[in-house]
Amino acid sequence: MKPLRSLATACVLLSMFALSACGETPQNASAAGVKADRSVYQGVGDSPFAASGWTAGDRVSWQAVLKARAQYGQNDYTRMTP
Amino acid sequence: MARMKFICDAERCIECNGCVTACKNEHEVPWGVNRRRVVTLNDGVPGEKSISVACMHCSDAPCMAVCPVNCFYRTEEGVVLHDKDVCIGCGYCSYACPFGAPQFPSAGTFGVRGKMDKCTFCAGGPEEHGSQAEFEKYGRNRLAEGKLPACAEMCSTKALLAGDGDVVADILRNRVVQRGKGAEVWGWGTAYGSANGGKK
Repeated sequence: MKPLRSLATACVLLSMFALSACGETPQNASAAGVKADRSVYQGVGDSPFAASGWTAGDRVSWQAVLKARAQYGQNDYTRMTP
Repeated sequence: MARMKFICDAERCIECNGCVTACKNEHEVPWGVNRRRVVTLNDGVPGEKSISVACMHCSDAPCMAVCPVNCFYRTEEGVVLHDKDVCIGCGYCSYACPFGAPQFPSAGTFGVRGKMDKCTFCAGGPEEHGSQAEFEKYGRNRLAEGKLPACAEMCSTKALLAGDGDVVADILRNRVVQRGKGAEVWGWGTAYGSANGGKK
């Protein structure tokens, strides 16, 4: 009786191990989905690399600092006399 | 705000590859992957033209249209980004893109393709801004730091312009109007003209 019980237990354990592969996470596109991304004007928090002159979370100030940066850094005609 | 755009002035690009180097260094892009490249037409022939090419963050992006797992998304600023956790590396975007922007690291055995990698307009990806995870997957998020893409900011001749589409279009328009053409080109008289060179 005892060997029969241990054999049954072994069979149950073996079947559980064999069926564990059926529990894979779904891989279809709808289940995966793109993670949400925050807006860039939210900033990078307390970072030494962040440019000064704007407030994180304030879209208007972020736009203004990028605009000024584009003009100063890329428009050389603003630096020369006409 | 308008959409974020790149534009390359072929009259100014000197094929120095500074933009390519800046991009690779800023994002620590792996060997064999070039998010940005300089393309030269009629190389070696007088009058050759070079332009710097990367993802153009298309308004109607073909990569986004063909992706079977919908890993692409467009930010409020018009930057086309993708989620590497969703990408399956199938390469459809590579066939669809007219600029050759999507890149695939081929470090695996038997030439297996990894997750797609491309220019992010220095806007990172769908991870916490400025985090290590974002840097390792997508590179630095300079836009969230209040900066413009490294390639454009490092361009020595300012041929490559990046930023708000309206702003860069204004800069280029002003440049084209002012510099003229042929002997009228700005600087020509200063360098080669008479004693009054450079004065109009």
